[in-house]
Amino acid sequence: MLQVQQINKTFGKLRVLNNINIGFERGQAVAIIGPNGSGKTTLIKSILGMVMPESGTIRFQGQPIQTDARYRRFIGYMPQIGRYPDNMQVGQLFDMMRDLRKGETAFDDELIQAYKLPAIYQKTMRTLSGGTRQKVSAALAFLFDAPVMILDEPTAGLDPLSAEILKEKIGREKQRNKLFLITSHIMSDLEELATDVLYLVEGQLIFFKSLDALKAETGEARLGKAIAQIMASDYGVRSVH
Amino acid sequence: MKISTSIELPQSATLAAPTTRSPMQMLNIAKYVVYDILRNKFVLAYLLFLVAVSMSFFNLESDPTKGMMSLLNIILIVLPLVSIVFATIHLYNSYEFMELMLAQPLRRSDIFLGQYLGMAASLCIAFGVGVGVPVLLYDGSVRGLVLVVCGLLLTLAFVSMAFLATVLSRDKARGIGVALLLWFFCTILYDGIVLMSMFAFSDYPLEKAVIGLAFLNPVDLARIAMLLQLDAAALMGYTGALFQHFFGSTLGAGLSFLAMSLWIALPLWIAVRIFRKKDI
Repeated sequence: MLQVQQINKTFGKLRVLNNINIGFERGQAVAIIGPNGSGKTTLIKSILGMVMPESGTIRFQGQPIQTDARYRRFIGYMPQIGRYPDNMQVGQLFDMMRDLRKGETAFDDELIQAYKLPAIYQKTMRTLSGGTRQKVSAALAFLFDAPVMILDEPTAGLDPLSAEILKEKIGREKQRNKLFLITSHIMSDLEELATDVLYLVEGQLIFFKSLDALKAETGEARLGKAIAQIMASDYGVRSVH
Repeated sequence: MKISTSIELPQSATLAAPTTRSPMQMLNIAKYVVYDILRNKFVLAYLLFLVAVSMSFFNLESDPTKGMMSLLNIILIVLPLVSIVFATIHLYNSYEFMELMLAQPLRRSDIFLGQYLGMAASLCIAFGVGVGVPVLLYDGSVRGLVLVVCGLLLTLAFVSMAFLATVLSRDKARGIGVALLLWFFCTILYDGIVLMSMFAFSDYPLEKAVIGLAFLNPVDLARIAMLLQLDAAALMGYTGALFQHFFGSTLGAGLSFLAMSLWIALPLWIAVRIFRKKDI
């Protein structure tokens, strides 16, 4: 349903995405893994149309995304650092999002309730802690019941209970044939959630395979160990240099 | 209990249907920009300042024409400065808001033009009330109306330039620097250059060239339009007479309105084009 075709992106001299070719299907939960600065966020932002690749096409349901903004109706996005208008109250933020997306009928306020956000509706975004902001981001991402969910470091900054609530939510939504793209550095989280693993190094796609295949190949039972083994070997680096 | 059903997606045909510009979305975004600006209180201070200045000039000068002249001079300096600097800073501070909007099914141009509309409306209302009401109360003539219309057009032009300055640079300090430079050039430097060139080429018939030069600066266009209303052009000798002749004519007035519209539309158009390709 989501195709990334020959995407290239450079920031100045730095090559952030190097000829990336991937196709994602519904029902997959893809863990996007790679060292810092490997292009994970740039890839996500390209899919969202926030970053404009120099060449290549991204297709959603067969249609190139460059021509139309409406495909974003079907994507829920939780940014790495959720940044919101400082003076806006939490409640106003949710009202605004609903107002700007009038005509949509499917709402999912499960996370709003689970995180007890109505209790802080009067607080302005400026006064929220980093973790609370993350909860707001998560609730916003799931609000419109989108079939594609893109989560950039979803559990970073969340307390254990809130992280657990989010992971349970992701698990339930996965059952509803949604596509999840998740970046994280917390391997245990990804192991619980992911069905597939995409590994990026310096803007290059090193591999994209199912979690089970990866474990079988490396002979490790745990994702963290498997990835560590790959990072330590020159497997990840050989194809770059 | 949540029903665990797969959610359906529309056919690709619905996704491929051509998008039309949606003025409703633009207005909707503008609405939230206005809310945000109102919370800021700066625009309210600007409005009160304009009221205070207008009232005091009309009260101090016994002759409303003189009051209008002094008011004009203040407006031509302060209005461009406030419009361009406030709009630039606010747009940089709206980066979070734009980021949030960009993840939604909204067109980039709608988001950007919504920002413009909200900002322009807020500043225009402040000027319209702050200067318009006192001018109508104390003067109440056509020239008062011309002053208000010129001020509104000038506001639109400088907000336009502010939006261009903002998309040209990611760095806030540099963007504000560009905005200040534009203001300095239009309100102070440009007239100096024109005067110097008139002085240097005083042996040549320059009057037509000076008329041409006025079109290259929105502040001059507004100034000339106002001076003609105040009959002050008669004091400016031969050039003034020529100004009166040219800008006083229907053609001249039409051309200066057109030039002013270009000063509003052109920077904004370029800014939208850049914004549509910008990485966030």
